[in-house]
Amino acid sequence: MKKLTWKKPNGRILTIGVPYLWLLLFFALPFLIVLKISLSNMAIAIPPYESLVSYVDEMLQISLNLGNYLLLLDDSLYVAAYINSLKIAFFSTLGCLLLGYPMAYAMARSSGRAQTILLLLIMLPSWTSFLIRVYAWMGLISDTGLINNFLLWLGVIDSPLRIMNTDIAVYIGIIYAYLPFMVLPLYANLVKLDNSLLEAAADLGSRSLHTFWTVTLPLSKGGIIAGSMLVFIPAVGEFVIPELLGGPNSLMIGKILWQEFFNNRDWPVAAALAIVMLALLIIPISLFHRYQSRSMEAES
Amino acid sequence: MKKPSFSTVMLWIGLLFLYVPMLILVIYSFNASKLVTVWGGWSFKWYGELLQNKQILGSVWTSLVIAFYSATMSVVLGTMAAFVMTRFRHSWSKMTLSNMITAPLVMPEVITGLSLLLLFVHMADFIGWPMERGMTTVWIAHSTFCAAYVAVVVSSRLREMDRSVEEAAMDLGATPLQSFFLITIPVIAPSLIAGWLLAFSLSLDDLVIASFTSGPGSTTLPMVVFSSVRLGVSPEINALATLIILAVSLVAFIAWYLARRSDRKQKATIEG
Repeated sequence: MKKLTWKKPNGRILTIGVPYLWLLLFFALPFLIVLKISLSNMAIAIPPYESLVSYVDEMLQISLNLGNYLLLLDDSLYVAAYINSLKIAFFSTLGCLLLGYPMAYAMARSSGRAQTILLLLIMLPSWTSFLIRVYAWMGLISDTGLINNFLLWLGVIDSPLRIMNTDIAVYIGIIYAYLPFMVLPLYANLVKLDNSLLEAAADLGSRSLHTFWTVTLPLSKGGIIAGSMLVFIPAVGEFVIPELLGGPNSLMIGKILWQEFFNNRDWPVAAALAIVMLALLIIPISLFHRYQSRSMEAES
Repeated sequence: MKKPSFSTVMLWIGLLFLYVPMLILVIYSFNASKLVTVWGGWSFKWYGELLQNKQILGSVWTSLVIAFYSATMSVVLGTMAAFVMTRFRHSWSKMTLSNMITAPLVMPEVITGLSLLLLFVHMADFIGWPMERGMTTVWIAHSTFCAAYVAVVVSSRLREMDRSVEEAAMDLGATPLQSFFLITIPVIAPSLIAGWLLAFSLSLDDLVIASFTSGPGSTTLPMVVFSSVRLGVSPEINALATLIILAVSLVAFIAWYLARRSDRKQKATIEG
């Protein structure tokens, strides 16, 4: 096939240059600034940090301060918050996968018209207000909420179950909010699965469950990775769900970062928290990117 | 009747799980009782009270304006990036661009928000702009993260598009710019509209990034909702939530319908 060649280089440079500069300025550069702030001292000023570069006795001085990072290591609160965030994100991802995989599988196996409707039904919640969907659970699971009222009325329980303000509420919230992001890539993967492979396996005498484990599951690895990363990565840094559904004790790093920034106005510590979070997420993020570029190449 | 398979049962459970909480929220927005968990008969009274709430109405307007401009800018950026990703030869700059544009898809929002805010503070220090954070800074932040979604939607369309039409136009002497505006844009128009609507609803919905990058005069609707929701469930918010669910679902449905119709049209032209 003939490659498109561009006669005028100007249009080409402009097409790549405009989004490139925008992203360099508003996406890449901000990370360097976060890194810089994380190495500075907190100050009671506006903005609340000290400059790294200063002139003392006509000499340029650059002072790097690793104190913020040492503080994170030293204070068991931060370490616990990181571990708890990773734990909650991991088990929520697992929950989404266990619920989402059969859903995507059933969707991919249904008839053409049903598929479009089901796809819309899965996509619609992911486009509807995130905040509102988390809020919907507040009325359901609180001590005087509908679920407790219903169970009390049935006589199953004597006193209300404590769900609200616990980690269980956070799990429910994350699985609920991120389920579509798990189902969609899994569906996109499973729907492309060549049915003749499954038929061949069946013809050769493979039982359906065995075929699933040895043919379907390995072939959908890409979808599992993409879906899991789309749930896991944002879940680690989640703020809204632990803030609204979790209790004061449910430590999650996104919430701590928010508090350090908005309540304590300790910008350097907030920046250090962000850098460490990014460092923890670098492997999942690159995994996601590798999968995505591979699937894009496969398409074209 | 055939016994439904395990996966079909799970699909129905999953769909109920997704929709029942929202359905209950919508039903309870018509609850006459002040107590949110006690049913007191049907009533529209909370919708009436909502229309009296000046703070909420003001923030709705702010949010709509920001979402309009963010969606427009992100379509421009996202389409350019998608064009580079699908039509340009492999190069280092193409690779870094496609990595940067899709990065916000999987970036925790608190990190994106914090980093942009620190950038704005630094810019104010060095070039004296923006002196005050407000709608412009939120617009920049939203355009950047919405462009990621637009790029994904538009690039998948560009990849499916028949390139021979573009090539034919250029063989007949059209400049690349002419072929882009006269051939490519009309063909991918539905996906541009779908991308715009998606970006619009994402911007309308964002809380975390807006909280970091907004200033005193630019409180968006999710920020108002959040500060009220933090205090607990209220019937007025139930009414507002119902309206938001309705509006966003409608926009999303139109976006989906447009994208689907364009797919069908193309398939029909190829087959017919």
